[in-house]
Amino acid sequence: MKKLFSKIGLLVALTVMVVSLGACSSSASKKNVLKDDQQTKTITWGVKADTKLFGLMDVRDNQIKGFEIDLAKAMTKQILGKDGKARFIQVTSQTRMPLLRNGNIDAIMATMTITPERAKQVDFSRSYFDAGQAILVKNGSPIKNVRDLNKKGAVVLGVVGSNSVQNIGKFAPKAKVLQLSDYSQALTALKSGQGDALTTDNGILYGMSIENPGYSVVGGTFTNEPYGIAVDKGQAPLRNAMNSALTKVENSGQYNKLLYKWFHKVKGFDFKGAER
Amino acid sequence: MISIFQNYGGALLYGLGQTLLCSIIALVFALIIGSGFAILEVVPNKFFRVIAKIYIEVFRNIPLLVITMFFYVVIPMYIVEISGFVSGTIGLILYSSAFIAETVRSGIQSVDPGQMEGARSTGLSFWQSMRYIVLPQAFRYVIPPLGNQFINLVKNSSVLAFVAGFDLMYQGNVIASDSLQSMSTYLCVGILYLILTLPLSYYMRYLEKKLA
Repeated sequence: MKKLFSKIGLLVALTVMVVSLGACSSSASKKNVLKDDQQTKTITWGVKADTKLFGLMDVRDNQIKGFEIDLAKAMTKQILGKDGKARFIQVTSQTRMPLLRNGNIDAIMATMTITPERAKQVDFSRSYFDAGQAILVKNGSPIKNVRDLNKKGAVVLGVVGSNSVQNIGKFAPKAKVLQLSDYSQALTALKSGQGDALTTDNGILYGMSIENPGYSVVGGTFTNEPYGIAVDKGQAPLRNAMNSALTKVENSGQYNKLLYKWFHKVKGFDFKGAER
Repeated sequence: MISIFQNYGGALLYGLGQTLLCSIIALVFALIIGSGFAILEVVPNKFFRVIAKIYIEVFRNIPLLVITMFFYVVIPMYIVEISGFVSGTIGLILYSSAFIAETVRSGIQSVDPGQMEGARSTGLSFWQSMRYIVLPQAFRYVIPPLGNQFINLVKNSSVLAFVAGFDLMYQGNVIASDSLQSMSTYLCVGILYLILTLPLSYYMRYLEKKLA
C-alpha cells in the first residue's frame, strides 16, 4: 500500500512539473509587452556578455558594456521617455530564444543575425548593424582567406548556435568545425592550437584582434550578417516602437557617435559603410 | 520531440556513441588507477601514503571542468596536441579516480583488521593478503557507493561538450541552437543519458544482490 502511494505521489509530481513547464511557454505570448514596459518604465534586454565591443561583462564593476548596451539604453529612452530604464540580462546563443519566449526578457539585442528560419520563431526589427562573416588567424598563418580552409585536416573554430558555423559548411565544406561554448573559449582554443582559424562576424573578431595583437582578421567578409532586434511573435507594437526608436537614434546622430566610441580603435573598420 | 529524433537522429546517436566510448574508457582506467591509489593509502610505507593522499586531494578538490580545460588548453600549447575528446577523457579519469580511491579505501578499512592479521600469520605476504583476503571482501562492501561513482562518471562525461568532444551534450547544444527547440532537445538528451545510466544502475544492484 505504501509503495502504491509513493508511486502515485511520484506520478502527480511529474504531471505537475510537465504541466507547469508547458504553461511557461504559452502564457507569455498573450500579454502586450510594450504596455507592461510603459507601466513599469523598464525594458528588459537580453544581451551578450562575452563579446568585446558589442556586450562584454566588466568584472571590475559588474556592468555589461558595449555598443549594443549603449544603443539599447538610447532606444529605451526613445521608447519610454527620459526616465525609462534599461535592464540587461546576459544571454547566450542557446538561451536567448527560450528566455524571450517565456517572458524573462522583452527583446534580444545580442549580435543576432536576421535569418528566415529565425524569423519564423521571432519578429525582427530592421537591422541596426551590418556585419559580415570573416576569419581570425594567427599572424603569419598560411591561411589567407576562407578558401584556404577548404581542405582535409583544416580545423575551424566557432561558437555553438551561431550562424557562422553553418556558413562554413558552404564556403569550406572539407574543413572540420569545432563548436565551443562561447567566444572567449573559442579564442583560447585558437591560441592553444586546437584549430587553424576562428570564424564569426567581423565585428566580434575585430574586438578579439584589439586585445590580441598576435592575431588578425584576414580575407575580408564573405557573407552579409545584418543584426536585428528580436521580439516575441505577436508583439508587433513593441517591434514598431523599436523601429521608430532606431530611426530617431540614427537621425539624431547618436548612432554615429556610439559607432565611433566603440569602433574607432579598430584597424580597417569601414566607418563610411557603417554610418547611418 | 519526435521531430528532433527524426531530424537529428544521426547526430544524437553519434553523440551517444562518443559518450559511451568516453565513459567506458574512463570507467576502466579510473577503476584501476583509483584502486591502486586506495591500496597505496593503506600500505605501511608512509611515503606512498603521502603520495596517494596528495593525488587524491588534488584531483578530488578541483572542478572537473578546470582539469579538463587544463588538458585542452595548456598541454597542446607546450607539450603535445590532444583533441577535445582525449583531454575530456583524461580529465574524467583523473577526477573520477580520486573519488573511486576514497570509496575503495573506505571499503578496505571496513574489513576487520583481524582478517589482515590472520592472513599475515599464516605466512602470506602483505600484498598476497591484500590480493586474496582483504580486497575481495572490500569490493563487496563498496559495490553500492562504487555504483554511484560510475553513474556520476557517465553524467560527468558531459564535460566533453565544453571542449568540443562531440558527445551527447555537445550534440544537444548544437541541435538546440539549430532547431531553436531547446526544451525538446534537452528532453531527448536526458532520455538518452537515462538509456546509458539505468542499465548500469540495475547491473550494480544485481551485483550487489549476487555478491552480498
